[in-house]
Amino acid sequence: MTQQLASTPPPRPRRVLSTGDREQQVLDRIERARRRRPKLREERITMSHGAGGKATHTLIEAIFLDAFRNPLLEPLEDAARLPMKGVGEAGGGATVALTTDSFVVSPLFFPGGNIGDLAVNGTVNDLAVAGATPLYLSAGFILEEGFPVADLTRIVASMRDAAAAAGVAVVTGDTKVVEKGKADGCYINTAGVGAVAAGVDLGVANARPGDKVLVSGPIGDHGVTIMLARGELDIEADVESDTAPLAELVAGLLGAVPGVRALRDATRGGVATILNEIAQAADVGVFISESAIPVRDQVRGAAELLGIDPLYVACEGRLVAVVDAGQAARALAVLRAHPLGAQAEIIGEVTAEPVGLVTIKTAFGGTRIVDLLVGDPLPRIC
Amino acid sequence: MRFVDEFRDAEKAHALAARIAGLCEPGRQYKLMEVCGGHTHTIYKHGLEDYLPESVTLVHGPGCPVCVIPMGRVDDAIHLASEPDVIMTSFGDMMRVPGSNGAFFDANARGTNIKMVYSPLDSLKIAKANPDKRVVFMAIGFETTAPSTAMTVLRARAQGIKNFSVFCNHVTIIPAIKAILDSPDLRLDGFIGPGHVSTVIGCRPYEFIASGYGKPVVVAGFEPLDILQSIYMLMLQLHEDRSEVENQYARVVPWNGNPVALKAIGETMELRPYFEWRGLGFISHSALKMREAYADFDAELLFAVPGVRVADPKACQCGEVLKGVLKPWECKVFGTACTPETPIGTCMVSPEGACAAYYNYGRLTRQRVPEAISIELSRP
Amino acid sequence: MCLGIPGEVIEFLPEQPDLARVDVSGVRRVINVGLLSDEPPEPGEWVLIHVGFALSKIDEAEAAAALEFLEGIGQAYEDELAALRDSQIE
Repeated sequence: MTQQLASTPPPRPRRVLSTGDREQQVLDRIERARRRRPKLREERITMSHGAGGKATHTLIEAIFLDAFRNPLLEPLEDAARLPMKGVGEAGGGATVALTTDSFVVSPLFFPGGNIGDLAVNGTVNDLAVAGATPLYLSAGFILEEGFPVADLTRIVASMRDAAAAAGVAVVTGDTKVVEKGKADGCYINTAGVGAVAAGVDLGVANARPGDKVLVSGPIGDHGVTIMLARGELDIEADVESDTAPLAELVAGLLGAVPGVRALRDATRGGVATILNEIAQAADVGVFISESAIPVRDQVRGAAELLGIDPLYVACEGRLVAVVDAGQAARALAVLRAHPLGAQAEIIGEVTAEPVGLVTIKTAFGGTRIVDLLVGDPLPRIC
Repeated sequence: MRFVDEFRDAEKAHALAARIAGLCEPGRQYKLMEVCGGHTHTIYKHGLEDYLPESVTLVHGPGCPVCVIPMGRVDDAIHLASEPDVIMTSFGDMMRVPGSNGAFFDANARGTNIKMVYSPLDSLKIAKANPDKRVVFMAIGFETTAPSTAMTVLRARAQGIKNFSVFCNHVTIIPAIKAILDSPDLRLDGFIGPGHVSTVIGCRPYEFIASGYGKPVVVAGFEPLDILQSIYMLMLQLHEDRSEVENQYARVVPWNGNPVALKAIGETMELRPYFEWRGLGFISHSALKMREAYADFDAELLFAVPGVRVADPKACQCGEVLKGVLKPWECKVFGTACTPETPIGTCMVSPEGACAAYYNYGRLTRQRVPEAISIELSRP
Repeated sequence: MCLGIPGEVIEFLPEQPDLARVDVSGVRRVINVGLLSDEPPEPGEWVLIHVGFALSKIDEAEAAAALEFLEGIGQAYEDELAALRDSQIE
């Protein structure tokens, strides 16, 4: 008995077969449960709260958003965009972007940079992805008693160079010293201010079905570098942090390509976290293709060895862009024309369904979900 | 990556999917159990079920050594970690497993020093670097991992390390499989056999399943093509009315296992008379402890461990999921009260737990590839 | 208990016969090869790595055989598809 075959090798037509009705009911019930505001159950802060995943989101919602709630904070984007009355052209008003980030990385010095580079680039990037031209930074230092001045000098020199490269000035700061045993040598907080050009309105909530999702380069470099630099593993690899200022890359993109809906820099929590934020903020689905995602061989090898997924590993010089489908090819070309975007790729698209979920077509050809992790990606041995 | 990428090739998967579909007898349902949690993880991570026809169901087995650790043992570990000057070391998989009073992460928030390690050798290193501390290694895993613990203990003895000990929670796979086979609730057609456990114990230990219970077994590798090929081999056995043990993972698994590894285990460890498995109850001769000759490395002897038996929370149905009686989504609290963020049981928090795999990866309406829909190719 | 990764043995550490440096996609790691003491691996051979130990040697002949089988099935499938397509072009 001959049956008609579906069409030949890729692209394969999708036939959606429903799982049992019961299973679908359970899936629906779970979606409703996920939409409810999560409660903070812990009595003490754990490491999971700092990882950028679900635990962090719950903490932010339950403690910070709850206390400080206001419309400027609610979008929870990388930078807040603030209308400033009485400033700007003839007092007509301007929009200023404000952001802050704290840096507690250990070790302080690693291949590709140090905590100082992160402190400048991280904040510059948060402003850039808000569509702002980064202008001024503050820098607050918390130093451990006994910390070598030579190390501090090195860190600050890196910050000076990074600031120059990014075109920003460090205009104010603060220093505190704490007893030996605290602050892991040196903690830095930077806050940044930038000017948002008129008409720029970037935000993950703007994503629409059909938009394409791009990433500016190979993922996971920074997180893997740090894990290896901690020296607890007998692993050597030729990886280094991708820390870099993205303001120029962003300016080039926004200048040449209309239809950019959102930009995010992929830091802790990795690209997967950003994709989930897009899906949830815009009430859309995000569908990506594993084979399209750029990952350096060595990062992949190290991640496989450790049993972690590069999608969740921090970057420090990569952006994720959501772009109108008609402009995606142009956006890709513009990114690739810049050294920091040379390996940019279109990794997927925004879909109407399934709402709030990120799905991936694996290299093997099957489909699965990419959910937010609870905390840091924990290496598995199983 | 060599020996990895070739076994993730989607093109070959389509061919296997068609073959598997072609071997399905019309009207018959097939239930195959993958014993090993690592296989469950691969299946969901790569979306392998998309390649299976509707009549073939994969049942997730109890081969998740984290999942089967009773809450009382987690409490014991935290108790050990709370002793003065103790550094507890553990694999990452354990860090979020809930005990009666939180998991390792929560215990650290209360002041314990539980460090994540990637190898028991790291734990030994920490012991050497901190002579004033007592370092305990929480050993978990089936026979795959027991040899590494054993070698580390032998190394510690050879190097005269006095501040290192093991809290041994190694379990053995055959009693777990037997418990499944003897369970009245299940009707399984075949087993996807554990891959890495078999590098140590070999393939012979599974012969009783084929000859005694008449179920085919295929020892499978961990890349998605390995598992798909193993399913194909099982379906072929069923089609041809055979029940044998076959080794799909021959590139890694020697038929006779690893005698050096077995010797190391035998030298340092022995079987406990019985051990409690979460969800499966007490099983005799199913777990390992340090031998008397190595008592100085046995944390349960060096420290007073409460050893209180803690019943699973009422709502928890991990036992039934571990036995494959319930699918993850059939558990009453799945995805609502029990989520990766607020896990009630181990199946949701272990990286290879069936519930975690389904919640994190599989919570989707199935999108089967066309070849997996039963297709009979005409033969000229 | 399953995460095992294939790696290529590069060299043994001097004066530490139990320790070898392996390479996984350009990432180098020192592991313990004591479990393979019956038949220690040579540089260039591949081993399966699990929690810092080599558990088993990877048999290249078996790996090749496995791939050949998969190729064969893939090819047979392609042939059948082609035959089917041809038989419909009437």
